[in-house]
Amino acid sequence: MDTFSSLMHGFSVALTPLNLLWSLIGVTLGTAVGVLPGIGPALTVALLLPVTFNLDPTGSMIMFAGIYYGGMYGGSTTSILINTPGESATIVTALEGNKMARAGRGAAALATAAVGSFVAGTVGTVALTFLAPTMVKVALSFGPAEYFALMVLAFVAVTAVLGQSVLKGAAALGVGLALGLIGIDMQSGQARFTFGVPELLDGIDVVVVAVGLFAVGETMFMAVRHRFETEQMEAIKGSLWMSREDWKRSWKPWFRGSAIGFPLGALPAGGAEIGTFLSYLTEKKLSKKPEEFGNGAIEGVAGPEAANNASAAGTLVPLLSLGLPTTATAAILIAAFQQFGLNPGPQLFATQPDLVWGLIASLYIGNFMLLVLNLPLVGMWVRLLVIPKPLLYAGIMVFATLGTYTLNNSVVDLVLLYGIGVLGFFLRVIDVPLAPAVIGLILGPMAEQQFRRALSISQGDGSVFFTHPLSLCLLLLAAALLIGPPLWRLIRGRPEPKHAFHGED
Amino acid sequence: MKKVLARTVAVAVFACATVGLSGVSMAEQKLESLKIMAPASPGGGWDQTARSMQQALQEGGLVKTVQVNNVPGAGGTIGLAQFATQGKGDGKQMMVGGMVMIGAIKTNNAPVGIDSVTPIARLTGEYEVLVVPAASEIKTFDDLKKKLKEAPRAVAWAGGSAGGTDHILVGLIGKELGLKPSDVNYVPFSGGGEALAAILGGHVTVGVSGAGEWASQIASGQLRALAVSSAERLKDVSAPTLKESGVNVELANWRGIFAAPGISAKDKETLISAVEAAVKGPVWQDTLVKRGQTDLFQKGDAFTAFLKDDQARIETVLKDIGLVK
Repeated sequence: MDTFSSLMHGFSVALTPLNLLWSLIGVTLGTAVGVLPGIGPALTVALLLPVTFNLDPTGSMIMFAGIYYGGMYGGSTTSILINTPGESATIVTALEGNKMARAGRGAAALATAAVGSFVAGTVGTVALTFLAPTMVKVALSFGPAEYFALMVLAFVAVTAVLGQSVLKGAAALGVGLALGLIGIDMQSGQARFTFGVPELLDGIDVVVVAVGLFAVGETMFMAVRHRFETEQMEAIKGSLWMSREDWKRSWKPWFRGSAIGFPLGALPAGGAEIGTFLSYLTEKKLSKKPEEFGNGAIEGVAGPEAANNASAAGTLVPLLSLGLPTTATAAILIAAFQQFGLNPGPQLFATQPDLVWGLIASLYIGNFMLLVLNLPLVGMWVRLLVIPKPLLYAGIMVFATLGTYTLNNSVVDLVLLYGIGVLGFFLRVIDVPLAPAVIGLILGPMAEQQFRRALSISQGDGSVFFTHPLSLCLLLLAAALLIGPPLWRLIRGRPEPKHAFHGED
Repeated sequence: MKKVLARTVAVAVFACATVGLSGVSMAEQKLESLKIMAPASPGGGWDQTARSMQQALQEGGLVKTVQVNNVPGAGGTIGLAQFATQGKGDGKQMMVGGMVMIGAIKTNNAPVGIDSVTPIARLTGEYEVLVVPAASEIKTFDDLKKKLKEAPRAVAWAGGSAGGTDHILVGLIGKELGLKPSDVNYVPFSGGGEALAAILGGHVTVGVSGAGEWASQIASGQLRALAVSSAERLKDVSAPTLKESGVNVELANWRGIFAAPGISAKDKETLISAVEAAVKGPVWQDTLVKRGQTDLFQKGDAFTAFLKDDQARIETVLKDIGLVK
């Protein structure tokens, strides 16, 4: 009840015309930067920081939170339409979303992403409002050993995207893991596989690899094939809106995605990507038509999109209640708080109730604004696909190049982009799936660091992974997922693995 | 005799007047434009310093327009290399840097060192703090010392990246306490957030970070501060200094500003006086208070001499902890 009245007070702060305007500016900007690869919410907030120096802190924070939420919405648009993920959290969206777009169902994919984002954003914000103290306790119980077990679970999720041939999928995963080794090793501070190129010391950015493999590789593949055959890419087939069946197939993934994404977002070292992988795996396992996965299954868009938006809300749990940044954007939000002389953390709720509750209330409003803003845009975005293919793909190349350059203003990144693009082209030619490579690049370094940290803390005692109850549970769950379904099928003689995974709880 | 004295006084007065005048004219001689490079991503410490400087210079009316650009990567050494080659001789460019950059140059064996640029001034410093979670059985620094004597490797230290300020501090403390470098179990985390979570969750024994970063958690009682790395006790963290606790270590994560190599003496003077005027102004001082940083302003030759000493000190520690051969 206390929380409820605080929230109502928050609404009275957020609903003032000026704060509504800040929220609107934030979500609009956020959507725009989310669409552009390379320019993310983190960079945008950082650039706006000096401008807001003399503004009212509440208004500024409301705008920043709008940018953060908006970025998660916008990132999916390019993933779906042109297979160029704007953010690393929308890489999984590209898998099914782009297949849908090619089949003329881009509008439905965009719509399920937008509505799913709204649902998840709202569920996540409700959870943030009422569950924050509990979530914080859960999040803090994750140490390096638990994180490693979580990574193992995420690796199991990769099997869902391996494609037809396990061997080819595993090979792609290996490519990603190898690329992930490049750079300074966190634990020892030594450089690995950098070949004396200083720009490689910080490793290869996931966005460079994703854009290289998906956008550049794909464009080359199209260019080569264009002379021999003309693939039909229908811009719009059937209704512009989601059909009754689309709704039926989407609503459960929205809620499941939210349930997976929120707690993972609240984990200090979780990150939005892992939630999207796990959600994708869940949907594939639970789907009545698993054969559609890889060919444009709407569940594969609805679930992961919900997961990444819910995780954005989850990120705010440790940020507001502990002053703990878990993503790049959250780190910059902390810098923003500090600019106003505020220290996010346990005392903030007591000392600045207007700001905290106004901010939380503005998230409800911002989410609604994003839905209103994005749904009408769906029709416009889809028309992108009507552009003749040579022009469209040329545009994608320009877009990919510019976006990558903006990441670090580094020419080395461009060389990498095209190098990885060529690699992606050849992988595509021999029909190796690309997603496992990107996922390997994200998960590999995280798993390695957490593994070594855990062993360092335990002074080399490997049993920590099995003696910590939480870690053991996660490992058992991973094992069950891996060997459970084939075993089940063997016993029941049925090809449909329906049990297994019940989200993250 | 009187005459001589009078003449000397006259000369002295004249000299002072000219120096004073030239000082004024230099500060007033407005720079049209200036570029400041932050050799890090937006939002980080160097970026904040660059942008605060931008604001202080512009709002103080010292420079008309100041641009900040970010060249992130490898502890600032990517930015440093670019700055040293592209900016050569240009008196309208500056770059922010600091202690972490000195360490990164050594650990990465970077081709371009800090000696290739022109030191302008040391600006700010942030002292470090050692913390344990509220529930920890370690109540004081002496308790920690006792634990380290009993089973040094059982004490897991959490801090920032390997070879960074936190690691260097732990290395210095270990050395003072007579621990073998291999007995210091330092666990690097990426960014303050991850380390903070590991400490709050009790997954590590003790945490090391900039004092301002965790001030809020210390104030609320979730973390207990054991010691700070400053010479005097800090205002916003109630904990004894390391020196009081019997460990002769003092360490500040300093940040400074540099100009391009090969600039003229006049350009250097202009930049120094502009930076000095900015640092003394209300905009800059206000930012320091808000961020909980200490004013460590030191200009020109004194800064150059400090740099030399600090490089030697950092190199020794990095060698001791095995990061530099």
